[in-house]
Order: sequence, then C-alpha cells, then structure tokens
Amino acid sequence: MIHIREVSLEYETPNGKVLAVDKVSFNAAESEFVCLVGPSGCGKTTLLNMIAGFFPPTAGEIRVAGRAVSGQGLDRGIVFQDFAQLFPWRTALGNVAFGLEMKGVAKAERERIALEQLRLVKLEKFAGAYPHHLSGGMQQRVAIARALAYNPGVLLMDEPFAALDALTREEMQRLLAEVWRATRKTVVYVTHNVAEAVYLADRVVVMTPHPGRVKALVPIRLARPRDALSVEFLHYQKQLIGQLTRQEEE
Amino acid sequence: MKPLFSITLFLLVYESVARSGWFAPALVPTLPVAANTLASMLADGTMARHALNTLLRVFSGLALAAGVGLVLGFLMARYRAVEAFFLPLVSALMPIPSLAWAPVFILWFGLGNTATVLIVFYAATFPMLLNTWTGARAVSPLWLRAAGAMGARGAAMFWKVVVPAASPFVITGLRLAFQRAWIAVVGAEMLAASAFGLGWVIFDAKEFLNADIMLASLAVIGAIGFVFERLVFGALERTTVQRWGMVRTAKA
Repeated sequence: MIHIREVSLEYETPNGKVLAVDKVSFNAAESEFVCLVGPSGCGKTTLLNMIAGFFPPTAGEIRVAGRAVSGQGLDRGIVFQDFAQLFPWRTALGNVAFGLEMKGVAKAERERIALEQLRLVKLEKFAGAYPHHLSGGMQQRVAIARALAYNPGVLLMDEPFAALDALTREEMQRLLAEVWRATRKTVVYVTHNVAEAVYLADRVVVMTPHPGRVKALVPIRLARPRDALSVEFLHYQKQLIGQLTRQEEE
Repeated sequence: MKPLFSITLFLLVYESVARSGWFAPALVPTLPVAANTLASMLADGTMARHALNTLLRVFSGLALAAGVGLVLGFLMARYRAVEAFFLPLVSALMPIPSLAWAPVFILWFGLGNTATVLIVFYAATFPMLLNTWTGARAVSPLWLRAAGAMGARGAAMFWKVVVPAASPFVITGLRLAFQRAWIAVVGAEMLAASAFGLGWVIFDAKEFLNADIMLASLAVIGAIGFVFERLVFGALERTTVQRWGMVRTAKA
C-alpha cells in the first residue's frame, strides 16, 4: 500500500545543510498498522509529512497505492497532535463533512456519511456541538472521523493522543484499535511512546536521530485486543526500549 | 443593566453642574431643557431628517471602505507583489487625519455629499484594511494544512477556511471602521455639508448660541453610535466568532 524507498530530506540552515531523514525505506501492507517510534529529532514527523505530501523528499521515492506522492491528496487522511486542527467555525458534523464538501458530495449525503463517521468514534450525540465545547479527547475523535470521512485508503497520524491525560489516552487507544478493525485502513502512526506503539502496531519502525534513520523493524505478534499488562506485551516493550537506548550509547 | 447605571451617573453629574449656577444657563442648559428641544425636534421630524442624512453618508462611506479594505486586505495577504505595492502607500496615507483632506475634497468636489462621503471613506478604510490583512496572515497553518489534505484549493480554501478563520480580525476591523466613520462624518458635515446632518446642525446651532440643540444632536449621535456598537456589532460577534469560541467572553 505504502512504499518508501531510500527517502532522504536535507534542508538548508544558516549553519549549512542538515540531514533530517537519511535513506529511510519501509513498506506498509494493505490494512497494516505501522508505528514510527523514536526520540525527538529522529525525523518521524518529517517523514509522515512527506507521506502526506506537505513537502517532497530531496531524494528517494514515496508511493501510495502504486502512485508516486506529489502533493496532498484525498487518498490520505491526516490527524495532527494539536486539538486546534478542527475548524472552530464548524460544528463537529461540519468538520467531518468538510472533505466530502470539497469532493462535491451533495449536502444530505455528506451529512449522512459524516454522522456515520461520528457514530464510529461514538460522538453522534455531539454532531451539532462546536469544537470549543468538546474535551481534548473528543476533539481528537472528531479529527479522526474527519480524516476517515472521505474514505482515504491511508490514515496518517502524528502523535494524536500525546497531549491527552493518561486515562483518556488509553481510552482513545482502545477506540482507535476498534476503529481500525472496523475500517481496515492502512495506518502510519507516529509516536514517541513505546507502550502505545506495542498496543497499536502490527509493525514498529524504530528510528534513531541525527540523522533520522531506521534502526529496526519489529513486528508485534500479539493477538488483539491486547493486554498491556501481559508478559508478552512487556517483553515487546523491553525489546523496543532496548533498541532505543542502545542507539544512544553509540 | 450595568450600562444604564454608568450612563445615568454621568447624566446626574452633568445635571448638577448645569444647576450649580457656575455657568450661564444658555450655554449649559439643564437636561430637561435639552430633552424638551430633543423631543420637539423628534416630534416635527427634523431630527430624523438630520439623522437619516448622516446615516446615509456614513453607510455610503463605510460600504466603500469595507469593500476596498476587504478586497485589498485579502489580496495583500495573499500576493507579495500587492503587499509590496500598497503597504508603503498605506503607511504614508494612514497617518493623515481624514478631516485634513476636507478642504482638498471640497475644492475638488464642492460642498455636499461627495466630499463628506469621501472623508468618511478615508477614515474607515485603514482599520478595515489593516485588520483584514492581519487576520488573513494570522490564519493558523494547521487549518490550511488540514483543509489542504482534505482537498481544499483556491476559491474553496479562501471562502471556507481563510475568510471564517480571519473573521475575528475582520469583525474588529469593521467595528473600528464604523467608529472612525461615525466620528469622521460629524466633522465632515461641519466642514463640507451644505445642509442637514447631525454635524451640520451642531455647527449651525453655534451661530445662534443654541446649546440645547447642540446637546440634543450630541445625544442622538451618541445614541446611534451606541445602538450600532452594542446591538449591531455585538450581535454580529455573538452569532459568529463568540459562538465559535474564537474570541472569549469576559468573565465577571
């Protein structure tokens, strides 16, 4: 579904060129949940933004569903970390319907679909609410519904739950796992939280900073729904933390 | 009812000064005298006629200013060339008080509505323009990215994202523009109006030492300004940016 081949990003600063992402390669299969994990500066968000098409890589190739990525496209939905990503002048329903409106879907039809998406994230009762009346967790759920509403094959998520409290975050992770099971989207999910990656991912891409490189690809072979307190879960967590700390000693 | 309280207190202070005997009653008429004059001017329709003339001038000027300010403001925010061309002009023209143009406009267009409306237009354009320009530049990049990812381009991006996102600034701009316009129209009418208008009637009353007429007109000027500021613009804010949580309501 997603093919990333030798992707690099170099940018100019007053002190010379900086290599942010260095020859990163990995794939994501159809309906696969891939987590990019790494400390800040490892280029995981930069990589996600390039998959989203916000800017092109300086070298390498990104293909989504066989087509080379050039710019933004409706084949990819994106959810950011910041709650402020929702449009405050639109209700939850209006936000979710935005992509369909851009596609030219008729009003009644797009509202029906938007309501369906809100039901998926358990917010159909709040369809008429403006974002500022919703909690942070609810706003992120609207953002997920909004990114799914126009039915992209790929869902890109940039630490969507990082700004939430621990309890809400766990609840959101459970909900996201449910939504993913129901929709079978290909997901690329950026996080610096190892437990989150083990809970959500089919496969974890461990990245190291300066320059951003892929250190390891770790498949998570745990049955779902996953138990974050099981021995196997903790084993995976240890393994990933091991990968992340060893790199710092180098 | 708090606005009523402050206004009542202000009137009471005025009344006690007027009754103190420190000033000639003809120059500082008591409120009942001024109220009487106001009542008779309202009753025979002269006040309405003056007010209507003034409102017509103010809204002609404001409409022109809003049109130019909105279009130019958004264009300046969007295209660097437009910004580079107009910004020096704006910086040079903005500090000139609109009333300083009055003699020039009178020379070019004669006494009357054209000169008056132009002065109002001049006063109201800059706050509208600067606020629109700033508002369009202050649109959160996150909204632009999110909208772009959902396929918004060109006109759809402008009307469905940039315009609502800039609206807190635009509404403030409109508010300031109305204030400036309302102040300018009274001055402009004193200098450039040939007959009728609230500013003109004050200026005319000076010739006959009719302080009560002046006060009556000032009261009407204040009242109309108050109604627009509180009701029209207040309602506009409440139904848009306040409802959307883009500006907060002050806490008690």
